[in-house]
Amino acid sequence: MSLPVDVPAEPGAAVPPEQRAAPLARRVAAQARIEMRTVLRNGEQLVITLVLPVLLLVGLTRTSLVDLGTEDRIGLVAPGVLALAVMSTAFTSQAIATGFDRRNGVLRLMATTPLGRSGLLAGKVLGIAGIQLLQMAVLVAVSLVLGWSPSLGGVPGALLVVVLGTAAFTSLALLVAGTLRAEAVLAVANLLWVLLLAGGAVLLPASLLPAPLAELAVLLPSGALGEALRTVLAEGTVPLVPVGVLSAWTVLLGGAAVRFFRWH
Amino acid sequence: MPATTPASTGEPAVRVTGLTKRYRRVEAVRGLDLAAPCGRITALLGPNGAGKTTTVECCEGLRRPDTGTVRVLGLDPVRDAQALRPRVGVMLQDGGLPSTVPALEALEHVSRMYARPRDVGELADRLGLSSFARTPVRRLSGGQRQRLALATAVVGRPAVVFLDEPSAGLDPQARLAVWQLVRDLRTEGVSVVVTTHQMAEAEALADHVVVVDHGQAIASGTVDSLVGGDGSMRVSVQHLDPHHVERSDGELAQHLTVALGRSGHEHSVTTSSLAGTLEVHGAPGPELVHAVTGWARDQGVLITSLTTGRRTLEDVFLDLTGRSLR
Repeated sequence: MSLPVDVPAEPGAAVPPEQRAAPLARRVAAQARIEMRTVLRNGEQLVITLVLPVLLLVGLTRTSLVDLGTEDRIGLVAPGVLALAVMSTAFTSQAIATGFDRRNGVLRLMATTPLGRSGLLAGKVLGIAGIQLLQMAVLVAVSLVLGWSPSLGGVPGALLVVVLGTAAFTSLALLVAGTLRAEAVLAVANLLWVLLLAGGAVLLPASLLPAPLAELAVLLPSGALGEALRTVLAEGTVPLVPVGVLSAWTVLLGGAAVRFFRWH
Repeated sequence: MPATTPASTGEPAVRVTGLTKRYRRVEAVRGLDLAAPCGRITALLGPNGAGKTTTVECCEGLRRPDTGTVRVLGLDPVRDAQALRPRVGVMLQDGGLPSTVPALEALEHVSRMYARPRDVGELADRLGLSSFARTPVRRLSGGQRQRLALATAVVGRPAVVFLDEPSAGLDPQARLAVWQLVRDLRTEGVSVVVTTHQMAEAEALADHVVVVDHGQAIASGTVDSLVGGDGSMRVSVQHLDPHHVERSDGELAQHLTVALGRSGHEHSVTTSSLAGTLEVHGAPGPELVHAVTGWARDQGVLITSLTTGRRTLEDVFLDLTGRSLR
C-alpha cells in the first residue's frame, strides 16, 4: 500500500495560519447574528416577541374591556408590555431555541469550533440584547403614539431593570433548556409564559390580582420586573424592593443554570 | 506492517491511553488505548454501543475522561481546548446544525469561526450541496444532512478530523462522494479518525483499523494485518453416521492438521465461532482442496460448504468476539 509522505506539522510546532481561529469579536458577532436571524425568520417567535405585545398594547389602551382602575391606561400598560417583551425574548423564546439546539447537537458542535462554550453563551446574550433593542424601539414608538409620557429621569433606571430582568429570565431559560427534553422545554416555556402573563403581575399590577396571588406575584421574577418598570417609568425613581427581589432571582437562577445545565 | 508508525514524526495525531468513561451505571469505555497516525485514516470499528462515540467525544473535548489520558496533536482536548479547536474538525453523529437555518448559511456560519476557512462555494460544489443550499436544515434528507455536516467539519482546514459514522444513511452514490472527500483529506495531509460499524467502510477507507468492543480496543493494525494477507479456507462439516461418537470441532481441527501434514500441507487448522466450521489457514489451492475433501471421505463427514479467499473484517470480529458485528 502506498501512503502519502506529506505529513502535517509536528505536534507542538507553530500553528500554520490557515489553522487559526477568527478573532473573538468576529466569532461572537457571527453567533449573535445567527441567533437574531433565527428569531426574526421564525413566525411563532415573531408573534410572541413583537406581534402579541403590540396587540396587547393597543387592545388594553384603546378598549376598556379590562378595568385597570386608572384613567392613565397607557401609563400602566406600556411598562407592563415592555416587561412582557423582556420575558418573552429572554425566557420563552430563548428556552425553546436553546432546548432544540441542545437536542439537535448544535450546542455540542459549536463548542468544538473556535467559538467554544463561552463564545456561544456570549453570542446568545448579545443576540437577545439585539432582539430586545428592536422590541423596545417598536414598543416604545407605538406607546408614544398612543399618548404615553414616561418620566424621562427614570429611563436609566428602567434600562438597569431591563438588564437585570433579562439576566434573571435568561438564566431561567438556560436552566429549563439545559435540564429537560426539547419537547418538555417547549411545553414548560409556553406554559410558564401563559401562567406568568395571567397571574404573575408582569403585564398588569399585582394590585389587580385576587388577594393571595397579589402578595405572591410581587415575589416572582415576573412581578418584580413588572412592578419595577411601572414604578421607575412613572415616578423616575428605582424601587428597591422589586429590584432586590429581581437581583435575588438572578443570583439563584444563574447559579442553578451554571450548576445543572447539561450540554449533552 | 509500517502503517502504525507515522511517516516522519514519532507522535501520532491522536493518542488515547487507558481511557475510561462512565455514565451513571453504564461503563461506556473501559481502559481503551488507541493511536491514530498522522496523515492517515484511522477507523474505529465496532458494533453500536461499543464506546466509539464516547471515545471520540473525549478526543473532541466534549467529555472529560474519568481516567486515562487523551492527546490530540500532543495537546489535552479539555485543558488546551482553545489552542486545539481551530485545528480540529468535528462531524457529530446527530448532525449538530441549527434546524431552521438554510443549509449553506449554516455552513457559512461555521466557516466564520476560522481565520482562513475553505471557500464555501467550492466546498458546496464538491459535496453537491448547491442543490439544497437554501433549504432549512430540518427539511434536508438524511444524506443531504450528512454531507452538510461533513462540509462543516472540514471548512476550517483542520489538521485532525473526527467523523462519527460519516456515511450512515447515505445512498451508495453519496457514500462514494463522502469516501472520496475523506481520501482527498488524507492527500492534503489531514489526519482522519472515523467511527463506523460498517466493515465495508473500514476496508475501503482505513489505513489503520482499531476494533472496539465493550469499551476496549480488542485489536488494531492495517486491514491486511488484521485479516491476514494469505487468505484461508473455511470448511463446514456434518457427521454422516448418527451412531458415530461425535467429535468436538477441536478434535476435528487437530485431526485435520495432522492429516494435512501427512500429505505435505503444513497448514494450521482452527475452529471458528460457528459450530461445525473449521478454518484452514494459508493460501488455498487445488491440492489443498483435494487433501481436505479426501480427509472428509476417510472420516465419514460431509462437507456442507467450502469457501476460499481472504477473510473479511467481519470474520476477524467474529473470531475476536464470537458475535456478529451488526
